[in-house]
Amino acid sequence: MPTFVLRRLLRLVPLLFGIVTLTFLLLQLAPGDFLSSALENPSFSPGAIDALRHRFGLDQPWYVQYGLYLKNLVLHFDLGLSFSRHEPVATVLGECLANTLLLTASAALVTWGLAVPLGAVAAVRAHSWLDRGLSWLAFVWLSIPELLSGLLLLMLAARTGWLPIGGMRSLDWDTMGPGSRVLDVARHLVLPALVTGLVPLASRMRQMRASLLDVLRLDYVVTARAKGLDEPAVVLRHALPNALNPLITLFGYTLGALVSGSFVAEIVFSWPGLGRVTVEALLAQDTYLVLGGVLMASVVLVLGNLIADLLLAASDPRIVHES
Amino acid sequence: MNPEPRGPAPGPGGRAWRALRRNPPAIAGAAVLAVLGMLALFAPFLAPYAEDAIDRERFYHPPQRVRLEDLSGRFALRPAVRATRLADPQRFAYQETSTIQPLRWFVRGDHYRLFGVLATDRHLFGVDAPARVNLLGTDPSGRDVLSRLLHGAQVSLAVGLVGIALSFSLGMLLGGWAGYLGGRVDDVMMRLTELLLSIPALYLLLALRAVFPADLPSGQVYLAIVMILALLGWAGLARVIRGMVLSLRRAEFVTAAEALGMSRLRILVRHILPNTMSFVIVAATIAVPGYILGEVVLSFIGLGVQEPAASWGNMLAQARSLRVLTSFPWMLLAPGTAILVTVLAFNLFGDGLRDALDPRAVPGRASR
Repeated sequence: MPTFVLRRLLRLVPLLFGIVTLTFLLLQLAPGDFLSSALENPSFSPGAIDALRHRFGLDQPWYVQYGLYLKNLVLHFDLGLSFSRHEPVATVLGECLANTLLLTASAALVTWGLAVPLGAVAAVRAHSWLDRGLSWLAFVWLSIPELLSGLLLLMLAARTGWLPIGGMRSLDWDTMGPGSRVLDVARHLVLPALVTGLVPLASRMRQMRASLLDVLRLDYVVTARAKGLDEPAVVLRHALPNALNPLITLFGYTLGALVSGSFVAEIVFSWPGLGRVTVEALLAQDTYLVLGGVLMASVVLVLGNLIADLLLAASDPRIVHES
Repeated sequence: MNPEPRGPAPGPGGRAWRALRRNPPAIAGAAVLAVLGMLALFAPFLAPYAEDAIDRERFYHPPQRVRLEDLSGRFALRPAVRATRLADPQRFAYQETSTIQPLRWFVRGDHYRLFGVLATDRHLFGVDAPARVNLLGTDPSGRDVLSRLLHGAQVSLAVGLVGIALSFSLGMLLGGWAGYLGGRVDDVMMRLTELLLSIPALYLLLALRAVFPADLPSGQVYLAIVMILALLGWAGLARVIRGMVLSLRRAEFVTAAEALGMSRLRILVRHILPNTMSFVIVAATIAVPGYILGEVVLSFIGLGVQEPAASWGNMLAQARSLRVLTSFPWMLLAPGTAILVTVLAFNLFGDGLRDALDPRAVPGRASR
């Protein structure tokens, strides 16, 4: 197992290096250099811009810039400066990443909190009208793009006034006590978490249904029924725990989507997360911030997949020996 | 067994067609797609106005109802709408007046070229100028939402279909090449796809978009979006195709073609890749909605099709404001419904196609 972990970790190095290189090259192809937006910004003096240009090597050819970027990244974990926000990119992204993780973690709660009971009901009542209705609903829901479900929920919120229509905090956040602050963020969280969480619901529900159906056919379930246990006890105490087992490994793979999954919801609901900040950076031609955002999202995806693989390996020793 | 007339055994295509015919949702999806295609093809003729025709008298005009009755409520054969007047300029509230505006067929209006060649100014329907009819309402500049929806269908469908054609050609060629040649080519190609797949799709979309200037002229924007979508989607397909080709390249017909001295590119394109076609067709049908949504998302964040040109994405972007959401819902519901219907139709058709083309499927399973 330790060698397996080590090997997987070592394979990450060239991949991450490749991601940095590819993203850097793409943004090098972009028109204008990293400072062209700062040039139009009156709050930067020409002298300050020249100093920045020199510091980031922007007066040098691209391979020197690339070397500088890599050096700053590896040695100092410095992702450069966001020219539209006057802050280091790492600071901006750290804050956004936390917001995104809060959103996607809540979304995962929505997904699994609904998928497990609904899938279980569909399995217990397999081939009934309820089961068919649920699978049909899941198919239709699968066809509704997040952008639309998001905008429709936004419309609902705007018309009823039940929930805030975007952002993460109310205007009077600063005057609130800690309790009402938590409540305020939670209220802002409901709609984006719902939109993000309902996307993978259909497939998770199907998997839960299939898994429980498999278990319900096993001999020990028949035994439990034969000894006179009532049906709820059979399903909840005997079948369900075993049916959840394969889903736990599956849960690992959702880690990878932990950051990218909420991209659309962040944009629709103005949630100050990684996706939204990257879009804003692109619109403001804040190139270092775009680069950092793409990088951060990729790193989380790659690490998430790694953790999922490790979880899988931990639960199934055959994987370690075969690879 | 029902007695069936004996004839030559149906080929794979015939079998697939039979399976598809027994799947009503798939047929419904295909029918909707055919209708959508026609609507897009004839958009400038079906739309009463040009996509950028502004009416300064009718900002935020609600959808008008077509009535088959005269003023006293009696049935009238000619469909008509009621003229309106602006009752409250602050809230853009309109009131119906007692003037009837009958719908006319094949009216003259804005000039356009049908299919890009036939110059004409006939539109399917309209009302007598200077009045205007807005069956789906108007947007903040008084442009007809129905007209924009139809013109936008051209953009959204074309971008999606061309994008997928490019991306899948690229994926088949590169994946097939890697699988057929193996060795170093294969290694490099697979590392490259791994790299592309480890950047989340929507973030890669942004990075690729950054390569092009933010304010492209409208003609080049379409090209840019198509290229971005193509570069975004080929990697996943290439990996699957490579796997399929890997098992096909040892097949006897490949050895035979090699013995005949055919060039490797020819063997790949003419003999190996056609074997992956049924998979590719299904995968493409299922993937189209993703490409259409790619354009929608890009235009929604303001980096895709720019005003005054219409696309479903920038129509949605216009509908995001609080004011529209509370008071002018048709601006969201019209493009939203169009997108939903399109995606649903592709999914239904794609699912049916997969069942029909899957040779492992039990006969008759599709009809369930």
